[in-house]
Amino acid sequence: MPSTVLILGATSDMAVALAKKFASKGHNIQLAARNADRLKPLQSDLSIRYNITTSIHEFDATRFEQHQSFWASLSPSPDITISVMGYMNDNDKVIADQDETLKTLHTNYTGPVSILNIVANDYMAKQQGTIVGISSVAGMRGRQSNYIYGSAKAGFTAYLSGLRNKLFHYKVHVLTVLPGFVYTKMTEHLNLPKLLTAQPENVADAVYKGIQKKKNVIFVKWFWRWIMLIITSIPEFMFKKKKL
Amino acid sequence: MTKKDIANWGNYPVIESDEKSVSFTNDIQQYAATTKNFIARGNGRCYGDASLAEQTISTLKYDKILSFDTEKGILECESGLTLDKILEVIVPKGWFLPVTPGTKFITVGGAVASDVHGKNHHVDGSFSAHVMEMDVILASGEMITCSPSAYTDLFWATCGGMGLTGIIGRVKFDLKKIESSYIKQKQVKAKNLEEVIRLFDEYKHYTYSVAWIDCLKKGKNFGRSILILGEHAKKDELPDNKKKEPLKLPAKKQITFPFTLPSFVLNTFTVKAFNFLYYGKNFKKEINNVVSYEPFFYPLDAILHWNRGYGKKGFVQYQFVLPLESKQGLIEILQRISDQGLGSFLAVLKVFGKQDDLISFPMEGYTLALDFPVRKGLFEFLDQLDQVVLKYGGRLYMSKDARMDPSVLKAGYKRLPEFMEIVKKYNPEARIRSVQSDRLALTTN
Repeated sequence: MPSTVLILGATSDMAVALAKKFASKGHNIQLAARNADRLKPLQSDLSIRYNITTSIHEFDATRFEQHQSFWASLSPSPDITISVMGYMNDNDKVIADQDETLKTLHTNYTGPVSILNIVANDYMAKQQGTIVGISSVAGMRGRQSNYIYGSAKAGFTAYLSGLRNKLFHYKVHVLTVLPGFVYTKMTEHLNLPKLLTAQPENVADAVYKGIQKKKNVIFVKWFWRWIMLIITSIPEFMFKKKKL
Repeated sequence: MTKKDIANWGNYPVIESDEKSVSFTNDIQQYAATTKNFIARGNGRCYGDASLAEQTISTLKYDKILSFDTEKGILECESGLTLDKILEVIVPKGWFLPVTPGTKFITVGGAVASDVHGKNHHVDGSFSAHVMEMDVILASGEMITCSPSAYTDLFWATCGGMGLTGIIGRVKFDLKKIESSYIKQKQVKAKNLEEVIRLFDEYKHYTYSVAWIDCLKKGKNFGRSILILGEHAKKDELPDNKKKEPLKLPAKKQITFPFTLPSFVLNTFTVKAFNFLYYGKNFKKEINNVVSYEPFFYPLDAILHWNRGYGKKGFVQYQFVLPLESKQGLIEILQRISDQGLGSFLAVLKVFGKQDDLISFPMEGYTLALDFPVRKGLFEFLDQLDQVVLKYGGRLYMSKDARMDPSVLKAGYKRLPEFMEIVKKYNPEARIRSVQSDRLALTTN
């Protein structure tokens, strides 16, 4: 029987690439996002191109009270759950506006934790399943230019790591993905260095492979691991003087 | 916002632009309603300065297939979908594009905006003849569904209208039934122009026809050519080893042109050598074989970035059409090119069938497309050719153009005033405009 993949936050470029990757391998796809109507074109596209079943679901990361019923409503219950939700705005705007601060925290941390807890409990009981969390290298060290987003992603990365250790004993696989720069609509206005920047399709390929190989933590482009090693090794008294 | 340099396939001109990608219809509507001086942009495979502007909205992520009727052969998709992706889906189900240009790396929106034609124009017309309906998002943000029977003015001004009426959204068009993914190809050598024109007529019952022409030969071999003809192969016409999987997709074989060649590499000598080899490779007068659709329709797509061969300064493609009775004009133009020694690797001759649309390029007659690397004196020379084209009642293709004078456009397209009225109606403040539309005085403040 083909397995079913749930994609949370399905309107982003990375989500589209992931959906296409898994659909091309014969998996059925459940797409979940706010304004699920926007997912209709992608739904028909996946179904026609890959001859699979695609469904769309209304899901809001910040409506915690609905998460339980959302999960219960999925039929079939997905074998793989991928959390792609994320929200990044300019840090100065985020710290000047409490609504923006909370939106950043909820979309990147509390929302994903709230829903993935429900998923994890279910997978634990069944003793099977795979959870993929798209976090960020921005969570590996707080930088003055992006620390609200970074701190939320740091929390999410720590959550995924703990979750992996717990669920390991229940035969559930948890994969943490730390993409570096990726060309998406979210980063289109930034001038990203070409060599360090991945395409959404690279992320999708890496996730697919990471699941096959039961990896724990993956960086999409291998050198990001080393870049982050350097960045996290810089002593704080020096780091705070840099305008990073 | 960050500006970046963009150019179309000819790498001339290069301009700075803010490019914004969109995936959803309502984001396009919002963009249109709130942005000044922009044009929609697909895969940038037109040659000149169309689809370039200070602000561009990229449709490449707006590329979903919305429906595919495998019984009737009707496809409905968003405008940023490229033809190569469509072929991957429709060919295995026994369908083909109704019309395709010489590259599959163009978007459906571009196919409509340029009203592209293919080797089957004399039989099937241009792309617009197959569009059943489409959505156009106006500068106001309003979306209108138009077709040959609803909002007909908008429909015909959008087909070949270079994106000036609005942003093309959803497009629904019909497909061509095929039994196999192979083409029964016939190549016939012609000693000169006279002969190839006669052969075009002799073989006009063929669905696909096009001729490669050597524009540097003089004397009795003036205009020597290879006429290339094709039909979709029926299942029982395939060799045995292909019968098992008649609708198989061709394997992806691609090489990339690795760097930009210095501009001096292309000269009369190298073009002559190429022409000699190309013409000489067909030993026999006539060759008949069965080939995949890929090399038949898209020989150059096998080399990614082949435009780099023309050097940093880029190149222009010059494509005109002359009415059927103006064979003399064709001779005059080819003679001037040959005298000037401005040979072109890709000189392609084709006979168009009847078409008389508002602003579309094709009309019944001869069309010739030539590539010229940008160099000193070229534009002056092309200005002279323009006058010959006009003298014989012809016109130029806007999708290839980067340099013609507005007066040349006006003289060639008799219904231009009517087209401009419709553009004004749907794009009243000319907020949708391109470098090309400004240059050709199609949009003014």
